[in-house]
Amino acid sequence: MAITKSAPSRAAHTDASGDGDEGGPQPDSKSPLVLTLLLVMAVLLQGPVRRALGAPVMQSWMTVFVAVVVQALPFLVLGVLLSAAIAVFVPPSFFARALPGRPALAVPVASAAGAVLPGCECASVPVAGALVRRGVTPAAALAFLLSAPAINPIVLTATAVAFPRNPEMVLARLVASLLVACAMGWLWLRLGRADWLRPPARTSYEGQGKGVAFWGSVRHDVMHAGGFLVVGAMAAATLKAVVPSGWLRTAADNPAVSVLALAILAVLLSICSEADAFVAASLSQFSLTARLTFLVVGPMIDLKLFAMQAGTFGRGFALRFAPATFALAVGVSVLTGAVLL
Amino acid sequence: MNRQAQSAVLFLLGAALLHAGLTDLYLRYVKAGLRPMLLASGAVLIAAALATAWYEWRRGRVDHPDDDHGHAHREPRVSWLLVLPLFALILVAPPALGSYSAMHTGTALQQSYGYPALPAAGRTLRLSLADYASRAVYDHGRSLRGRQIRITGFVALDRSGAPYLVRMALNCCAADAQPVKIGLTGRIPPVLQPDTWLEVTGTYTPRQTKDPVNHGPIPFLKVTRAAPVHAPHDPYDETWNT
Repeated sequence: MAITKSAPSRAAHTDASGDGDEGGPQPDSKSPLVLTLLLVMAVLLQGPVRRALGAPVMQSWMTVFVAVVVQALPFLVLGVLLSAAIAVFVPPSFFARALPGRPALAVPVASAAGAVLPGCECASVPVAGALVRRGVTPAAALAFLLSAPAINPIVLTATAVAFPRNPEMVLARLVASLLVACAMGWLWLRLGRADWLRPPARTSYEGQGKGVAFWGSVRHDVMHAGGFLVVGAMAAATLKAVVPSGWLRTAADNPAVSVLALAILAVLLSICSEADAFVAASLSQFSLTARLTFLVVGPMIDLKLFAMQAGTFGRGFALRFAPATFALAVGVSVLTGAVLL
Repeated sequence: MNRQAQSAVLFLLGAALLHAGLTDLYLRYVKAGLRPMLLASGAVLIAAALATAWYEWRRGRVDHPDDDHGHAHREPRVSWLLVLPLFALILVAPPALGSYSAMHTGTALQQSYGYPALPAAGRTLRLSLADYASRAVYDHGRSLRGRQIRITGFVALDRSGAPYLVRMALNCCAADAQPVKIGLTGRIPPVLQPDTWLEVTGTYTPRQTKDPVNHGPIPFLKVTRAAPVHAPHDPYDETWNT
């Protein structure tokens, strides 16, 4: 746990302080050497490392860790390609025309536009980052960030398949997610301050050709968001291996506790939004409202997303944005559940 | 991490994804349907690595080699973490989830819409573990009585040493895999190692127990014959995906 906690904060700190000390103690020219040494060490120490990892709990940790990374990487790559395409091939004037001029109206339009990004939350973080850099009003980009993983057709279909007996669950998920995304967008308009958003410095590719800019953006986003994805995967694997599922049974008895328990579980487990409906369906000892909370909170804020948001928008932003999103998502889910379920 | 190192990490990551996607390795971690996306993203990562190396080489030829080197071009140290899944995938290649996870997670048996009649021909009927368990619990074994049934799964032992036959069911990746368990009774082999794959033949029995983890129902199978088999091509049960 210590590793997973300290890594994002340290990395985010480096981001916030600009690019001056990113190399840390090792001079720049040494990183290929360090990488080579690491690879050689890893090959030489294979045997002892394998023995150390032989314990069942370590094996299951590794399997879940690798599975989360392998599962998320294709979606991350998709998001990174889209974000590079937005950054290089779509002129800023396009968004100025496509979105309503008034930010308060742009927020719901951007939330609804989330329906067109097929994928899970790993894809939406780099895309939202590119939108902000492309001059889209942050409130609208954030609304898109929150709604895209929850309301795209793939996720809604998966929800319908997972809850064959409760088709109203799909509607409830759509409505609650859209409401939270819009509310967060408007909240940002009201209270948000531009200096909380501190995206790390990026190399400018002005005047160097589109190929350089495109692949430069792909490389940067994969290395950056990928690193934070690994942090999130480690945290999720640790919780999956350590938390006994027995305590869930006790939590299910009290309605208020059960909603909170599943909301926290959604944050901790960091399951891909395309699969979370099946996990929610299997938590059958919980009420539908509690399970709706799980489905609304999960795609908007979890450990993996928090790490990736801190990397893309800066730690100061993530520390304020994540709790607000969590509270709002829980509140809206309970209300939607009371009305629709 | 400078750009040469980034290029190397991107290349290795892409190669690892291609390797996992071209062999059956990826089936230990994710659903079978993710394969095209894995291969495509592996190819994109390799392309990004080659493009980075190419532009870096060209830049080195055009500019002065250490012109503005050393700032604004490096990614933060968190990028180094990308080598961890790389090592895990290439060097260790952890196995698919087995008995340890199975006994720490409650059974995820689901009720089906209906239970279509089973083929009448033949003496021995091959069923998936989840299908047997669901019919045994929610259909009260109506379609199973008087039939010889053959099921494949891996062995898991609970604290008291009682044997279960388990199959992990998966929706997306191993992080959401959940076990479906059936208890074994009857002529069980005297020595059972956890995680060995067995093909058991037996008959329906109305006996049931409750999963100690989530109180879910666990049906039993009365074993007449058990034989060790190779682990199947896809270790997970993916019927929920269809």
